[in-house]
Amino acid sequence: MADSAAAPHAAPHAGGAEVTKRDFLKLVTAAGAAVGVGAIAWPLVDSMNPSADVLALSSTTVDLAPVAAGQAITVMWRGKPVFVRHRTAEEIAKAKADDKGRLPDPATDAARVKPGKEQWLIVVGICTHLGCVPIGNRSTEVRGEYGGWFCPCHGSHYDTSGRIRQGPAPANLAVPPYAFEGDTKIKIG
Amino acid sequence: MAGLHKSEFENPVIRWIDSRLPVFTMMQKEYGVFPTPRNFNYLWNFGALAMINLVIMIATGIFLAMNYTPHATMAFDSVERIMRDVNYGWLLRYVHANGASMFFIVVYIHIFRGLYYGSYKTPRELLWILGVVILLLMMATAFMGYVLPWGQMSYWGATVITNLFSAFPIVGESIVTWLWGGFSVDNPTLNRFFSLHYLMPFVLVGVVFLHIAALHITGSNNPLGIDVKGPQDTLPFHPYYTIKDSVGICVYLLVFAMFVFFAPNYLGHPDNYIPANPLVTPAHIVPEWYFLPFYAILRSVPDKLGGVLLMFASIGVLAVLPWLDTSPVRSARFRPVYRILFWVLAVACVVLGICGGKPAEGIWVVLSRIATAYYFLHFLVILPILGKFERTLPLPESISRAVLPTGGGGPLPGGAAAKPMEKA
Repeated sequence: MADSAAAPHAAPHAGGAEVTKRDFLKLVTAAGAAVGVGAIAWPLVDSMNPSADVLALSSTTVDLAPVAAGQAITVMWRGKPVFVRHRTAEEIAKAKADDKGRLPDPATDAARVKPGKEQWLIVVGICTHLGCVPIGNRSTEVRGEYGGWFCPCHGSHYDTSGRIRQGPAPANLAVPPYAFEGDTKIKIG
Repeated sequence: MAGLHKSEFENPVIRWIDSRLPVFTMMQKEYGVFPTPRNFNYLWNFGALAMINLVIMIATGIFLAMNYTPHATMAFDSVERIMRDVNYGWLLRYVHANGASMFFIVVYIHIFRGLYYGSYKTPRELLWILGVVILLLMMATAFMGYVLPWGQMSYWGATVITNLFSAFPIVGESIVTWLWGGFSVDNPTLNRFFSLHYLMPFVLVGVVFLHIAALHITGSNNPLGIDVKGPQDTLPFHPYYTIKDSVGICVYLLVFAMFVFFAPNYLGHPDNYIPANPLVTPAHIVPEWYFLPFYAILRSVPDKLGGVLLMFASIGVLAVLPWLDTSPVRSARFRPVYRILFWVLAVACVVLGICGGKPAEGIWVVLSRIATAYYFLHFLVILPILGKFERTLPLPESISRAVLPTGGGGPLPGGAAAKPMEKA
């Protein structure tokens, strides 16, 4: 038989538009292989996502009772510093007054605090410019021209609502997801 | 332009790459059109399966290493964290552990195929020796890998095997201290085993590359053991053997999946789920199943150094096999006496494996001594002599004559009459 010689594998059917059984089989094989590769790749990729123990550490509860008015503390949440500031009435008023002012990243003060708990400002203490930790938690520290925080790295000024007012930072200090558990406790994340 | 490879591809992007680095031409030549004997049986799948297995081990190993801590105080717990907290960590661990067993199953079958069909004979001697090197690297990698979970068997297996080197006179103790990095298996040992365990597989990849390169020079052997006489004896690797390998891979993955998902700890030892305790030795220290035959050989000799030397010799003897077997006929299909002895050897290896898992007492010692004796007798005495005296069956004229219904397209060039003296 002549076709038992070297290369019996037929070239794609000459000119014909008909789809053969072989084409179907090739397609199904390729599709099956693709599904297989995906099924194998996904667990490998997903193993790099946060594991159960990391997720378990993704919430932090903070007791607010020891923080007096005018004071601020720093807590760790997901490996990052979070500023918890107990604002005075003047600081709240100043923040509200500037709602309509020139803000590089416009946001109202009310949108950045919980209703009825405006004295508590919770922001992630990482400058939105290049990631330094701004100073200003202590009243003895430089707070910048707007009474909030000042980032010593490149001179970004944040106000009493944690909004960027001056300097290279593009955005306000981030407000993490948090909720009050009673009046003196919050759970962040 | 001077120096550029003349690429035969039409696609301009492929052509551009190929003319500067002919990877596409190479793939087409080595895995596309490569003339492969047309009479392969499924035993010829196992080389490809071994390569797939190696890739799986490297992939799972790299992702496991992202979460493993190679410190004596944290290793065991880091493995448990992988099992419990890391997404799909349990899958990575079970695939890697059972993958090691699958690797040895595949490679042992691959080796026994070589023994049966005379794949070690000229001109494939170097190919075979590279294979023995691969086996040694696999064994070293597997041994070190098993230490990493830092369970009781990890620790005590490492202690027993590293202690073997103290059998060597004069330098023995220094070698062991050097291996340990201390005065017992401890954190320095674990750390260096982790580093080397990560390294060895890549050395293995290099040797596998050489192994395949050597194979592509000589061409594959085949079940009849006779040389390819022309294109009528071969098929292009793609699509015939790509598809046959795909079938084999599916079966292999099925077996693999059965272990991983239904019996992930069947091949392991429960004692390795106990954290390592240098003060408590388990009742019976046993290596993983794939080391049991060598363990049996080691323990069959009452002398410590003798046992060590014989254990290494059992692999050394494989390396020189091309020169021990004097028969001019390759395949056991045409060697009726060798065929029987092959199965006796296989039984001896299984017996050794069973004995290796038993305490070194009573009947087990006797059996391992008999099986060890046969093992060495087979390679060192029987094969050299048998080749000279065996009355072999007449070989077919050619592969195509033997396997095709009409004997394969036309008269063959030259007088390819059946001759027992089938040389390369």
